[in-house]
Amino acid sequence: MSRLNEANVLHAKEIIGRYPKARSATIPLLHLAQQQDGYVTNEAMAHIGELVGATSAEVLGTATFYEMFKFEPVGKYLVNICGTLSCALMGADELLHHAEAKLGIKAGGTTDDGLFTLERAECQAACTEAPCLQVNYRYRFKVTPADLDQLLDDLAAGRLDGEVPPHGTVAKVRQHIPANKAVGAVPPESVTAPPVWISEAAK
Amino acid sequence: MSRYTWAPGYCDDGDRPQIVTSRFKYDDGYSLERYLATGGYAGLKAALGRTPTEVHDEVKAATILGRGGAGFPAGTKWGLTPQGVFPRYLVVNGDESEPGTYKDRLLMERDPHQLIEGCLIASYAAGLSQCFLYIRGEMALAQERVATALNEAYAAGYIGKNILGTNFSIDIVLHWGAGAYVVGEETALIESLEGNRGMPRLKPPYFPAAIGLYGQPTIVNNVETLSNLPWLLVNGAAAYTAIGTETSPGTRMIAVSGHVKRPGVYEIINGTTTFREVIYGEQFCGGIRDDNELKAFIPGGGSAPWFLPEQLDLPFEAKMVGPAGSMLGSGAIMVMDHTTDIPAMALTLVRFYAHESCGKCVPCREGGTWLMRIMERVVAGRGTQRDLDQLLEIGQTITPGQYPHAASERLGIAAAPFPFKMTTICFVGPSAYNAVDSALTLFPDEFQAKLMKRTSIPVTAVGAGS
Repeated sequence: MSRLNEANVLHAKEIIGRYPKARSATIPLLHLAQQQDGYVTNEAMAHIGELVGATSAEVLGTATFYEMFKFEPVGKYLVNICGTLSCALMGADELLHHAEAKLGIKAGGTTDDGLFTLERAECQAACTEAPCLQVNYRYRFKVTPADLDQLLDDLAAGRLDGEVPPHGTVAKVRQHIPANKAVGAVPPESVTAPPVWISEAAK
Repeated sequence: MSRYTWAPGYCDDGDRPQIVTSRFKYDDGYSLERYLATGGYAGLKAALGRTPTEVHDEVKAATILGRGGAGFPAGTKWGLTPQGVFPRYLVVNGDESEPGTYKDRLLMERDPHQLIEGCLIASYAAGLSQCFLYIRGEMALAQERVATALNEAYAAGYIGKNILGTNFSIDIVLHWGAGAYVVGEETALIESLEGNRGMPRLKPPYFPAAIGLYGQPTIVNNVETLSNLPWLLVNGAAAYTAIGTETSPGTRMIAVSGHVKRPGVYEIINGTTTFREVIYGEQFCGGIRDDNELKAFIPGGGSAPWFLPEQLDLPFEAKMVGPAGSMLGSGAIMVMDHTTDIPAMALTLVRFYAHESCGKCVPCREGGTWLMRIMERVVAGRGTQRDLDQLLEIGQTITPGQYPHAASERLGIAAAPFPFKMTTICFVGPSAYNAVDSALTLFPDEFQAKLMKRTSIPVTAVGAGS
């Protein structure tokens, strides 16, 4: 579909500037691309390669390693139901089957209206609140089938728009390092001396 | 249930010392205002008033054990960086994904300034040039809370150039992960931070302290480990080691999940607290749900060999848990009552590790998937004795020799001590086999009961010749 837009290129350059080597920004920039288009496009990966000094194949290689990056359109809401031990002990399988029946899709599928993608996820780090799920990486704890019905209805009706941003937006708040406070990243090759507070303390 | 509606999962209301969770009781414990009102950044000020070497010595004296899983003392780890080689980096491991574990997520969501202060103290003491805070991608709220805290701390002069008017300067960069369990392994974390596929590097030579991020000396510390530092610098190593035991000082966070009455995250005294206290104690989980029988529990996250009720009186002390056949790992306890279908639950863990194998080492890449397929067959009631033998054989390929397991009086077996041998670079491979081994060793009858029953069908020859 598209390369990164102008605003995102500016943002991308700010992110790249924080790292001693530009390639380190690859994953954050992939998130930026996914936020822009809802998934990571080939054009965006080629563009990211240009920005960080990698080939598009290298960017693809990195991107495909990670669970969160999608390479084709997914639903506006990605519903991840955890199925690892703690959640399985507390009824995660029943919850997943309930979701499949309610949405009329199997895990991994997307509803025809493009609203929901359902996935069986691995441990989401909310094990004492089992069974848990995430919608676009926002938690729901101790979910009963009735809770799930309510959640899906609320999402479809747009009642949770403020709380759950569309798929691709990971964090609503981003780090911004003010220019007047930043120490700045320097390539590792150009540093050989210890930091000043170490050398002065040694005197 | 949690008393604190704003911190789901956090259940601690005991009268034990709180080193890292002291601000969880406030609904705004993550704000700079609350942090400063409750003694925040006093540890940094105390550190800046001393030389880096003195701060490092204080941390060494406290012997804070790494809380990521391996339990290596943080002060010693810092000291492994080669003399005179710069720049050095700090990489904070916030890619918490071990099944059962979520202390780090709560620390980042509920008290991000404490983590930031810990990063600053570590950077000051070890002479680090830049700090990268790697947070698991799926933890959206943790990323937002840490980003907000970083922005506040930069504005207030706690991070950046000439911190609090001294010659100490450092940037802390928030880095987003994107979903991969193996990235919690320190060398894979570094690969990922360099913009690559998160596959572990071979040690030696790639010990991060010597050859880490960009080939430079790098300290990789867990979120909880660093969160201990502000308290330590204010109260001193003597106060820290006064809590817990000599070999396991201080407190540690644990998450107890599964079939208990009050599952939750607790900060416990290290070294002395026993599993029985945690699972049955009124201050903790209050027993098994519906007063059921305890069948088994996992003492240290999905990668740890399972324990039986007979191991309940062991304390949180690596020196005792190791010989008993398991590890404390990341402090996640998963409890299974007598209604649990052991092979089916072992399968959920096998599926996790098979899914998360990065594919670098063949025994894990192939073995993990094989284990999963065979376990699926067994759980579905289509397995044979040959399948069970095959599971053990695959286990021998991934982790040759005796795999650790608990003692069982009922089965008449003695404990096989930790650790194990492995043919893979990192622990994901053995972890995939771990649940299979524990389940097969401790509950062999449950597997036998699931095997396919062959019924003899009488055969009568019918044909042209008859």
